[in-house]
Amino acid sequence: MASSAYIELMNVVVCVKQIPDPAAPQSLEPGTNTLDRSGKLILDDSDAYGVEMALQLAEQAGGGEVTLVSMAPNDETSGLRTALAMGAASAILISDPALKGADALTTAKVLAAAIKRTNADLIIAATESSDGYTGTTPVQVAELLGLPSITFAKSVSVDGSSVKVERQTESGYDDVTSPLPAVVTVTAGVVEPRYPSFKGIMAAKSKPVEILTAADLGVTTGQTGQEITSVVEAEARAAGEIVVDEGDGAQRIVSFLEALKLV
Amino acid sequence: MAIDKIWVVAEATEAGPTTITLELLTAARGLASTVEAVAWGTTTAANAAVLGEYGASTVHDIGDIGDALPGAPVASAIAAAIASGAGPTAILVPTSYDGRDIAGRLSARADLPVLTNITGLVGGDELTTQHPIFGGAQIVNARFTGQAPGIFVVRAKSFAAESAGGAPAAVSPLAVGDLGATNAAAVVTRHIEERTGPKLDEAPVVVSGGRGLGEAANYSLIEELAKLLNGAAGASRAIVDAGWVPYSHQVGQTGKTVKPTVYLACGISGATQHMVGMKGSKNIIAINKDQDAPIFGVADLGIVGDVHKVVPALIEALKAR
Ligand SMILES: Cc1cc2nc3c(=O)[nH]c(=O)nc-3n(C[C@H](O)[C@H](O)[C@H](O)COP(=O)(O)OP(=O)(O)OC[C@H]3O[C@@H](n4cnc5c(N)ncnc54)[C@H](O)[C@@H]3O)c2cc1C
Ligand SMILES: Nc1ncnc2c1ncn2[C@@H]1O[C@H](COP(=O)(O)O)[C@@H](O)[C@H]1O
Repeated sequence: MASSAYIELMNVVVCVKQIPDPAAPQSLEPGTNTLDRSGKLILDDSDAYGVEMALQLAEQAGGGEVTLVSMAPNDETSGLRTALAMGAASAILISDPALKGADALTTAKVLAAAIKRTNADLIIAATESSDGYTGTTPVQVAELLGLPSITFAKSVSVDGSSVKVERQTESGYDDVTSPLPAVVTVTAGVVEPRYPSFKGIMAAKSKPVEILTAADLGVTTGQTGQEITSVVEAEARAAGEIVVDEGDGAQRIVSFLEALKLV
Repeated sequence: MAIDKIWVVAEATEAGPTTITLELLTAARGLASTVEAVAWGTTTAANAAVLGEYGASTVHDIGDIGDALPGAPVASAIAAAIASGAGPTAILVPTSYDGRDIAGRLSARADLPVLTNITGLVGGDELTTQHPIFGGAQIVNARFTGQAPGIFVVRAKSFAAESAGGAPAAVSPLAVGDLGATNAAAVVTRHIEERTGPKLDEAPVVVSGGRGLGEAANYSLIEELAKLLNGAAGASRAIVDAGWVPYSHQVGQTGKTVKPTVYLACGISGATQHMVGMKGSKNIIAINKDQDAPIFGVADLGIVGDVHKVVPALIEALKAR
């Protein structure tokens, strides 16, 4: 990790999750009731924003590298290749059968240990992942690394040795600054992720991906704190009345609201 | 793990403790004999009456955190209490901007697992949590097996807030632990977006718009209709990501959970991630031009029609009354 001196080159680490395609039907593994991740994995859309943000910040700083860190089963690299094709320089992949079903804290320990091997000025993650959506992993990483964090960024800029963020709040947003290194989580829509060019896709094939195990990083795989006892269907809502608007649609709604004494 | 003492992370705004804080205090009362709150900022003493009314016997006051974000100081204070043996057997944390920061940092600092996206908690000899998956189509029941105290991050509207008529909570100071660089982020300026009418997660009527509105300018129809119904205006993620409306309007998995008396979905398809945030509404009305839109599967009244016709007509009809 970088020290907090004035930063001329921006080295950004982006935590990217590789997940089952959310558009495809998803299922639980019968034995463990954990999400079935045995199929092909893709780059989580939520993390494409972080990759784009990192690339833009490195470009604006006039240099520096974007390194990806990902924990995924079965040496999966397809999501990493997408991000490498966007422009990231290299990746660290932690892949280990011992990490199957790892909880957010174990994941954070793995990511934090991998980030320690880099020279990161800034660590970017998404506010929450599409498949796990605990929304805690990035702050756990920050705490494990002893770093400040700013979550829910809707805009990020770097100025010398500090990062400026517009952080979404319940009532609007806050301008928040932090010295670097720091962890920042970005929300969807902060930037428009670029499409990998053909050249980028070709170049990605030869970019370095270091593959490590939990043991390489000295992380012990612990318990998750919970045991799934059952999975049940949620109560379905009874179907209502569906009518085609023949010019009377608005009136139907008014009558419905009247019956509830809301108008 | 028998639960005897629960701490609730109690957020507050200028208006007092947030609704989800009161929901969590209510839930905690049903799970443990001793319920206490953890609060920060300058309003804790003023809020002790309400926190007590909803069941907290004591509020552990971290005090003014200045321009810091709450995550690091609040987590360090709770972690220090746990380390000294004065901590609770379970900690309930709101699923909110700051709540997730606090829970995540506390988990790492105290080396305890954190359970998230909880929509139900069942007590007894051991605690069982409920988590919606696949957009709320299924519910996972899980037994807590971790070391105490468990950290439980609960979604809004999972419990109804009910007063217990309790006496004001005793205020007791709680010291912040060693923070190092973790607390270095500072809020420079707060920007409050003007809001009229009730809050999205408290309004009796929510009118939400989606991509079917066609363009950003048409969202004003949603706002006008919401206002006429004394409700709040919500949105699908599609139009939040498109920049039409701020994130705070978003309803769904990544946004807010709402349970109003009436939810009116205009030009929203009804993706599972949207529906998980509004399926609990008492009544659902949907306007969509596609009769096969999934939103009709949960609607009590579905209008197959064009939002550009039905919504303006509805506004006219309400104005004429
Ligand atoms: C991890 C993850 C988390 C997500 N979280 C959320 C979340 O929190 N909230 C959320 O909302 N979404 C969320 N989504 C996105 C979700 O999957 C959908 O993409 C989104 O809800 C779609 O928004 P929409 O209904 O406005 O748009 P669309 O799906 O494009 O639907 C537009 C609808 O408008 C109708 N329409 C078009 N023109 C008209 C007209 N003139 N009159 C009437 N109807 C018309 C169409 O028939 C269509 O049904 C999430 C997705 C993922 C992967
Ligand atoms: N296995 C993982 N590999 C890399 N990054 C991850 C992983 N899990 C979580 N993250 C990062 O943390 C963010 C929040 O994830 P979550 O806590 O699962 O909601 C993700 O969007 C990623 O940026």
